[in-house]
Amino acid sequence: MDTLMQYAWLIPLFPLLAFIVIVSFGRQLKEGAAAVGILLTAVSFGLAALTFWQRFQEGASDYAFSLDWLQVGDIVITMGFEVNQLNAMMLVIVTLVSLLVQIYSKGYMHGDERFPVFYQYLALFTFSMLGLVISPNLLQVYIFWELVGVCSFLLVGYYYFKPEAKAAAKKAFIVTRIGDLGLFIGICLLFWWTGSFEFAQIFDSIALGKLEPWMITLAAILIFVGAVGKSGQFPLHTWLPDAMEGPTPVSALIHAATMVAAGVYLVAVTYPLFVASDIALNVVAYVGGFTAIFAASIGLTQRDIKRVLAYSTVSQLGYMMLALGVAGAAGYVAGTFHLMTHAFFKALLFLAAGSVIHAVHTQDVFEMGGLWKKMPVTALTFLIGCLAIAGIFPFAGFWSKEAILSAVYEAHRFDLLWLAIIAAFFTAFYMFRLFFLTFAGEPRGRHDGHESPGVMTGPLLILAVLAIGAGFVNTPYAPYLTEWLLSGETGEVITAAFGEGTGHAAAWLQVVALLVSLLGIVLAYLMYGKRYIPADAIPETMPWLYQLSYRKYFIDELYHHVIVRPLNWLGLLLDLFDRYVVDGLVALTASITRGIGSLHARAQNGQVQSYGAVVLFGLLLLVVAISLTAQGGGFFGQ
Amino acid sequence: MSVNITSYLLVALILFCVGLYGALTKRNAVVVLLSIELMLNAVNINLVAFAKYGLFPAVTGQIFTLFTMTVAAAEVAVGLAILIALYRNKVTVNVDEMDSMKR
Repeated sequence: MDTLMQYAWLIPLFPLLAFIVIVSFGRQLKEGAAAVGILLTAVSFGLAALTFWQRFQEGASDYAFSLDWLQVGDIVITMGFEVNQLNAMMLVIVTLVSLLVQIYSKGYMHGDERFPVFYQYLALFTFSMLGLVISPNLLQVYIFWELVGVCSFLLVGYYYFKPEAKAAAKKAFIVTRIGDLGLFIGICLLFWWTGSFEFAQIFDSIALGKLEPWMITLAAILIFVGAVGKSGQFPLHTWLPDAMEGPTPVSALIHAATMVAAGVYLVAVTYPLFVASDIALNVVAYVGGFTAIFAASIGLTQRDIKRVLAYSTVSQLGYMMLALGVAGAAGYVAGTFHLMTHAFFKALLFLAAGSVIHAVHTQDVFEMGGLWKKMPVTALTFLIGCLAIAGIFPFAGFWSKEAILSAVYEAHRFDLLWLAIIAAFFTAFYMFRLFFLTFAGEPRGRHDGHESPGVMTGPLLILAVLAIGAGFVNTPYAPYLTEWLLSGETGEVITAAFGEGTGHAAAWLQVVALLVSLLGIVLAYLMYGKRYIPADAIPETMPWLYQLSYRKYFIDELYHHVIVRPLNWLGLLLDLFDRYVVDGLVALTASITRGIGSLHARAQNGQVQSYGAVVLFGLLLLVVAISLTAQGGGFFGQ
Repeated sequence: MSVNITSYLLVALILFCVGLYGALTKRNAVVVLLSIELMLNAVNINLVAFAKYGLFPAVTGQIFTLFTMTVAAAEVAVGLAILIALYRNKVTVNVDEMDSMKR
């Protein structure tokens, strides 16, 4: 049975095949493109699940395969694939969420003019993401990293006729490029210092102490910069909420479950690098922790249902980074564990929100309300998603969030622990604010909500089951995931550095986390469910605080004035330079040539006599020249 | 009395220059043809002069001149024929109006 892992490279190729088929026959297929995408992704998912199951059963060792790709001097650059504990899990998550989103999109995108194009992009994205996950070296990671970025750009700008969507697509691409630049420099430096792109060889070099500590720190931080861009961490988080201009299934797949998690995945996959540097780990932890509470505090006041979810995503990704950053086996496991559960419940929340938007044609939560009776399945699944993300027992989020809190507690990082607990309170509050505004109370706004078709509610139900059940893979009493993740090679490095760690330290912490979340829910219920507490109490008493949160701490404005404006001016300046100096030189050359040409053209007057005169003049010149240069004037003489 | 070769060459030179000037400046095509004949004759004088007073005197130069004159006569016949044909087409013998090479 060892053979199955050898065929893991097929997993990304099925979506690629779907992409090629839809590109070639999209016009003929029309909405049949969905069937192609779903079928081939389902094959991928089947293969990924079998691979995962096989590894789980037999605890097989990592499988890596590579081919020589380029040879530069003594250095051979290879391409290949790798299957280990972490990416076997990722393969299942990505294929599963992609499959469900594609099924859902069949209903959501029904009747859209560019239906096949949408599936084409989704297939390309799935291929790139899977390729990213099974890459065994940084170069390949970088290639697929950019590919998912391109797919994100294409999908955010899917409604390209809307100026906001166009701007958001550009913003998403450019802001993540800033992070990508860091990643690129990091990869180059690592290649320079270790002579290899392979994870295994880089980790070996570190283990053997070939790198100075500052080198490791620098490389790790640069790689983290890439992760910051992709995962929407502060200060490069601004693109993610704007990316909500894309179709909602895209937000679920790319901007909640998979692509934005690629940053977390990257940190996890290069974890031995971070383990070797305390500074880098601290940077990861504090950026993550700050992002978690920062984004959560913005999420409190947003009016757009998708934006609230987007800020919640940013905040949850911050949580994962925090977990990875506080170090230790427990943190590593908790981060990846939360990555998995978050993929399920956030995809669920987005798809349920999409179902609502599909029904009421608005994204403003203050125009919704009273949808509980009209769309019961959506409401129920959304509630499950909310409970999961708020971390209520026994939903998936409870276990993973609790794992993170325990890891932080165990590392004795109490400042970060407080950040995490407050962020958890905010999370519970804004999620249930969203829930009560959307589904409870009386209908506001003129809409006629109705339940979405089965093709959309089906994926919701499956994800709801996962949002309930996924947490049980790693409970304190049966830590399957912990054992599984730490049994790999990366796991060994981590355990060697930090010791096993129990992962589930204090029982009272679970209670505190649960109480904090419940408090958030109750507060939301009182404010938006029963309205005992007027919802506009804070905006009225402390308008500046409300504005600060509602306007996202003016970060966008700040960037606009501090970075975008000066860059625009610089661009204008360079444009002028290009237009008048560079182009001027070119135009000058051209006009000189043209002038000489027209001069000659004027000489070409068709008069035999003037031609004759020119010939005579030429002859005279020749004679003079020869008689001047010939030695001793001896040309005509002897 | 013996005349210096330089004198012959000088006559030929003057004749050639007069011919050249005429060929390049006159508007009338007939005059241009005449001028070309002058230049040709200047060459003939040179040939004869070198045949008599040159470094290796020989009769070849004089005989060659006879051939040249014969050929020149034929050439003038052809030239005049072309000129007449042109005149019939353009109703002019002015050289500066014959600029069809430009187009």
